[in-house]
Amino acid sequence: MRHRPLLLLTSTLAAGALTLSACGSRDDGGKSDDSDGGGAQTTVVIGVDAPLTGSLSALGQGIKNSVDLAARTANKNKEVKGVTFRTETLDDQAVPASGQQNATKLVADKSVLGVVGPLNSGVSQSMQGVFARADLTQVSPANTSPELSQGDSWLKGDKKRPFKTYFRTATTDIIQGRFAAQYAYNDAKKKKAFIVDDKQTYGVGLASIFGQEFKRLGGEVVGTDHITVKETDFSSVANKVKNSGADIVYYGGQYPEGGLLSDQVKKAGAHIPLMGGDGIYDPAFIKASSESNDGDLGTSVGYPVEDLDSAKAFVQNYKAADYKDPYAAYGGYSYDAAWAIIQAVKSVVTANNGKLPADARAKVTEAMGKVSFEGVTGKVSFDEFGDTTNKQLTVYQVKGDAWKSVKSATFKD
Amino acid sequence: MHQLPQTLVNGLALGALYGLIAIGYTMVYGIVQLINFAHGEIVMIGAFGALTIHLWLPGGTPLPAALPLMLIGGAIASVAVATAAERFAYRPLRTAPRLAPLITAIGLSIALQQIVWAFYPDAKKSRGFPQFQGDAFELAGNLHLQRDDLFVLIAAPLCMLALGLFVAKSRTGRAMQATAQDPDTAKLMGINTDRIIVLAFAIGGAFAAVAAVAQGLRAGQINFEMGFILGLKAFTAAVLGGIGNIYGAMLGGVVLGIAEAAASTYIQHIPGMQQLGGGGWKDVWAFALLILVLLIRPQGLLGERVADRA
Repeated sequence: MRHRPLLLLTSTLAAGALTLSACGSRDDGGKSDDSDGGGAQTTVVIGVDAPLTGSLSALGQGIKNSVDLAARTANKNKEVKGVTFRTETLDDQAVPASGQQNATKLVADKSVLGVVGPLNSGVSQSMQGVFARADLTQVSPANTSPELSQGDSWLKGDKKRPFKTYFRTATTDIIQGRFAAQYAYNDAKKKKAFIVDDKQTYGVGLASIFGQEFKRLGGEVVGTDHITVKETDFSSVANKVKNSGADIVYYGGQYPEGGLLSDQVKKAGAHIPLMGGDGIYDPAFIKASSESNDGDLGTSVGYPVEDLDSAKAFVQNYKAADYKDPYAAYGGYSYDAAWAIIQAVKSVVTANNGKLPADARAKVTEAMGKVSFEGVTGKVSFDEFGDTTNKQLTVYQVKGDAWKSVKSATFKD
Repeated sequence: MHQLPQTLVNGLALGALYGLIAIGYTMVYGIVQLINFAHGEIVMIGAFGALTIHLWLPGGTPLPAALPLMLIGGAIASVAVATAAERFAYRPLRTAPRLAPLITAIGLSIALQQIVWAFYPDAKKSRGFPQFQGDAFELAGNLHLQRDDLFVLIAAPLCMLALGLFVAKSRTGRAMQATAQDPDTAKLMGINTDRIIVLAFAIGGAFAAVAAVAQGLRAGQINFEMGFILGLKAFTAAVLGGIGNIYGAMLGGVVLGIAEAAASTYIQHIPGMQQLGGGGWKDVWAFALLILVLLIRPQGLLGERVADRA
């Protein structure tokens, strides 16, 4: 009798765990109209890998929904005749090991011809090899770390593409970090920067590129420090920032820590803006605390989705589809990434008399390099490294409780 | 050196927070020799309990007026979960081998996180927590005291004082000491040890709620994962101070907090140590300190040397 409560508890928990895991594999019933003039329908799966739980889930949900929207739109418009697109979404929790497991899972499913994701550069590193061995195309809407497409020695100018299956619709940190430094020095007239990073692949890369460019332009880096992801007390770092006499803080990292760091710097008595990359450009950065973030700056790749004529349909359709979470920072890029895969599938199918060839994965990867179309975020095509040719960037600034774009431009050397 | 006062204040506030949570580890360990790894999640539950009260109060309620109610709400939530955990997860395993309750604690911690993640509205991302408005108090030229830190700096010593008096003077407190020393004999002397154990969990839960409100005020946000790092650091503080000793827990917390603050401020100024300084290395130095203390005093700063009872 003594063990009854325990039994009850464990069975409740087990049931709870099962319910939770069931959430991950929601099947979107996108293949309702199968009768297409008598032709047999082939289902092509677009895999999605993003953090759907944890502190970055706001971004991950946006990626998931936007890819889903692309697949639905393709099905509705009969974009590729005889092919129905379906999405298969896996949660990587922003953990590299989970990403690798997911990659293995997606590779094992023969109907997967392309994968959109992941969000984090660090996660991508663990997945690239798995996809390359299986010849499976991967398009990240958000990875900005340069070595993913240009090899480990890009900093020395020795660029070499490590994986031919890797593409991205987001521009790299090289461009983003330099663009940020140019804005900080030339437009915002800041001369002394204090640079903080979160010790992750993305943050360290971005912060070091910003520092180099800022110094090259003539600015001074008055201090550097590092913080740890998931911590909340950065008062010592904030205090150092104040005592360094910096007039801007550059933070390489994501919004959960970025928002807190911004607050604590201001609370420590240094009323200077914090600047960061696309990792902090998220509504949650402002909501991260009740203190005012007014004046903080964030760069992001592309032009603001809301301002683009090309994105009007996307924004409208997204609203109409009634998703629970907003498309967030990477929605447009995720849609374009999925659309690039759809276009590649289309060209492969067209070249093969309306049918999928046996080596569809290799053919799709090949076709990706030639994809070119007007997407949500502008012209979508990939260079010889698999990087996007779109070098438009925007600086956003926090005003009140929203990010407002202050400068959009094409990056110049 | 001009950063020293500020470093101490920052470290003290952080350390007092660690200490409040460490009490929960140390009380439970002192009485049932269980490391309750789910205690970090009890803190998290307390934070969400307090937030619930804040959301329920009419908008515009001034924070100082809302704070006592939030503390009560947080305490109700965390005490309820802590005592329920004791009753349903740990008590059936009290005679089981040591590893069984330990694994249960880890499982419970994951379960609690996921329950909040799944069922608390909007808890899939960080939720904002109210903060005091206004600038920091300027105590001296280069020394600021954050309004939100003031809460933990007042609450922690008050709670410690109350707990110290309770354990030393009250009848129940003495029964707790007796149970900690020898549960079997305490039982023979007519002490209801089950009740004492529940009480230990409840006190830990109440302290966790105070810590949760303090953390919410400091960070301005709470999330379902917040208990993990806090719990880990507080457990370290409890070991550093001597697990089983309530004053040790608070001392360990304060030492750990100041060590972290000092390590991230000063190490990089030591010639040749630039690479090993800054916020990125503060945990390494804090744990180096822990190892050093344990090498010299294996029982912790204030711990008593006890014969192994197992």
